[in-house]
Amino acid sequence: MPLLWLRVATVLYGVGLIHAILMLRQRGERSGRIAAPAVGLGMVFHFVSLVETAGLYGYSELVTIRHAESALALIIALIFTGLYLRYKTASPAALIFPLIFLLTFSSALSQHKVTISTSSIFGGWILFHVCTLVFGYAMLFLSFVSSLLYLVLSRQLKMKQASSWASRMPALQEIDELGYKALLLGFPFMTIGLLAGSVVAEERFGASFIMDPKVLLSVLMWGIYLTLLYTRWSAGWRGRKAAYLASVGFVVSVFAWGANYLSRLHRFIAP
Amino acid sequence: MNYFVLGVNHKTAPVQVRERFAVPESRLPEALAKLTTLQGVEEGMIVSTCNRVEIFARSQNGHCDLQQFVRDYFGFKAGEYEQYIFQHEQLDAVKHVFRVASSLDSMVVGESQILGQVKEAYAIARAVGAVNSQLDQLLTRAFAVAKKVRNETTIASSSVSIASVAVELAEKIFGSLNGKSVYLVGAGKMCELAARHLIAHGAKKIYVGNRTFDRAVTLAEKFDGEAIPFDRLYDTVPWADIVISSTGAPHAIFRKEHGEKFLHARKNRPMFFIDIAVPRDIDPGLNDLDGIFVYNIDDLQQVVQSHLGDRRKEAVRAEALVDEEVRKFEARAQTAEVVPTIVSLQQHLETLRQAELDRVRGRLGTLSPEQEMAVEALTRGIINKIMHTPITTLKSAARDPESTTVIDVVRKLFNLRPEEPAPPLAPPAQPERKVAVDEAETPALVKQNQKY
Repeated sequence: MPLLWLRVATVLYGVGLIHAILMLRQRGERSGRIAAPAVGLGMVFHFVSLVETAGLYGYSELVTIRHAESALALIIALIFTGLYLRYKTASPAALIFPLIFLLTFSSALSQHKVTISTSSIFGGWILFHVCTLVFGYAMLFLSFVSSLLYLVLSRQLKMKQASSWASRMPALQEIDELGYKALLLGFPFMTIGLLAGSVVAEERFGASFIMDPKVLLSVLMWGIYLTLLYTRWSAGWRGRKAAYLASVGFVVSVFAWGANYLSRLHRFIAP
Repeated sequence: MNYFVLGVNHKTAPVQVRERFAVPESRLPEALAKLTTLQGVEEGMIVSTCNRVEIFARSQNGHCDLQQFVRDYFGFKAGEYEQYIFQHEQLDAVKHVFRVASSLDSMVVGESQILGQVKEAYAIARAVGAVNSQLDQLLTRAFAVAKKVRNETTIASSSVSIASVAVELAEKIFGSLNGKSVYLVGAGKMCELAARHLIAHGAKKIYVGNRTFDRAVTLAEKFDGEAIPFDRLYDTVPWADIVISSTGAPHAIFRKEHGEKFLHARKNRPMFFIDIAVPRDIDPGLNDLDGIFVYNIDDLQQVVQSHLGDRRKEAVRAEALVDEEVRKFEARAQTAEVVPTIVSLQQHLETLRQAELDRVRGRLGTLSPEQEMAVEALTRGIINKIMHTPITTLKSAARDPESTTVIDVVRKLFNLRPEEPAPPLAPPAQPERKVAVDEAETPALVKQNQKY
């Protein structure tokens, strides 16, 4: 059943995605009426799916890659809802919904089952590692979306022709502050999440865990976000430069997330 | 219905004609008193603004000569100014009132002032008793329509003046202008106007830099701001979030290299430059810098034009809305005509029923509660069945221009009392108040029988 709910949620998010694309082309007036309730309903199904999973298989099941993906999507959807309520705009949907859809889609499709030996004394550590990182990823994605929105809006202001999509966005400075706060909040979560992961890996696999692709990419991603924060503090980087750096960070974070499928270590298959 | 509108406005008459028609507010009560004594005029009100002088009136018998009033009141000769005067009657008059209140008839379509002016004129006319029943309904409805147009279209949401566009852009960049600082370079009138707008939207600190320091001081005093000697210009500009420049300098005074320094000093926090000087004070290259936004007078003008274009597009939607409201108003007015007849028909038959029941009650003897109820149901059933056809005929006749004939026939057939004036569609209401929905307009007795 949880899988069915998740699939229903995926379809409903799809409606949201279509609306977001129509909105970009300034044609979303009618689809908007269906999209908002569809996405809301999607989130309910999504939540039910996660709760049922936890109920049926225990919390340890949630730390599998598949469900972590699903949880990340739900958190991002919640963040989007928060933004929508706070700023009365659905403009970020065009950037956020593709990811929500892809994450739920991949999670709803994925058949492989990765089990973690819960007998491990590190069960709690792993749960902590996954929770903090999922939240960290969501926040960093939000800061990436903000920097892109900032770039688009500032470009439109410079070109002196605001599209209706851009004109519904929050103000430039609000977007900037939002992105910065997300970065500030996300970075510590990511740091302690990675540290928790390292502790577990060190214990299980020894120092060689550093050479795992997942670990390397994660460290790289962490470094990029540290740079983002540093340039912001020291030189107040915003706009173009910050957006480029955040984009690189996002690409690396996608690879770091995707590396689950490459990393033997992260799937708890002994190297 | 019998509504009439007559007047001059910016579309029909130039200002030198309009001013001849103007009625100052202090003289409105007197003018209204004269208007309502005119033959045939039952109710009336006068809207007198700089763009229009219009008389709204309702007559009892369907005729009234408002031209006569204009000639008498303003002392015009016959035929004088006639080509400037427009007139509307009945539904056209209703539509005109709706359009005026919704600001669709305004010079700047969507401006909000006119609604307030109409409301004021209405309040005065109500206070002197010149507006009391059906004209009241029309105006109340017009205010509701105006509100609907504002809420359901974006006709009034964009700025259409240079200064308000500047504020709008500043808000797009900074969000709230609360606590933002503004630097006026040059002490011209336009600078002052733009600054006033920004302050009205929350901008706090004002700096003024001008080649003639005394003028800077004078202007700064007006805003409780700070005058800054012109030689410190480049060091102090980074203090401000918004810079408005309008000097008479022949060359650009802010160039790209200045912009880079400003950004460095501000740690890249964004800056908004408004250049209203011609020749321009700000090198357009500044706009290429990340975080600096430069708008010159043409850019602002362009935004104004595009907003005006948007308003025109929205006006089409608003017109459709008004048309629909006119149709609804017409339907309501027609229903209101038949309602008194339906009510008296019901009352008449109910009286008959009661009388007949009382008459035979003695012969029926004591009835059990069940029998009592059966008799009630039987008699009620009979009169409801009898009333069904006349009521449905009346209701469908309401949509027909010939409805008065049907009303007369029904009245004659059932020997009903002469028609009383129609009850108001809704109780006289304050402006802004929504007119009651359809259900509320139908008396309970009518509703009771709708199931048959």
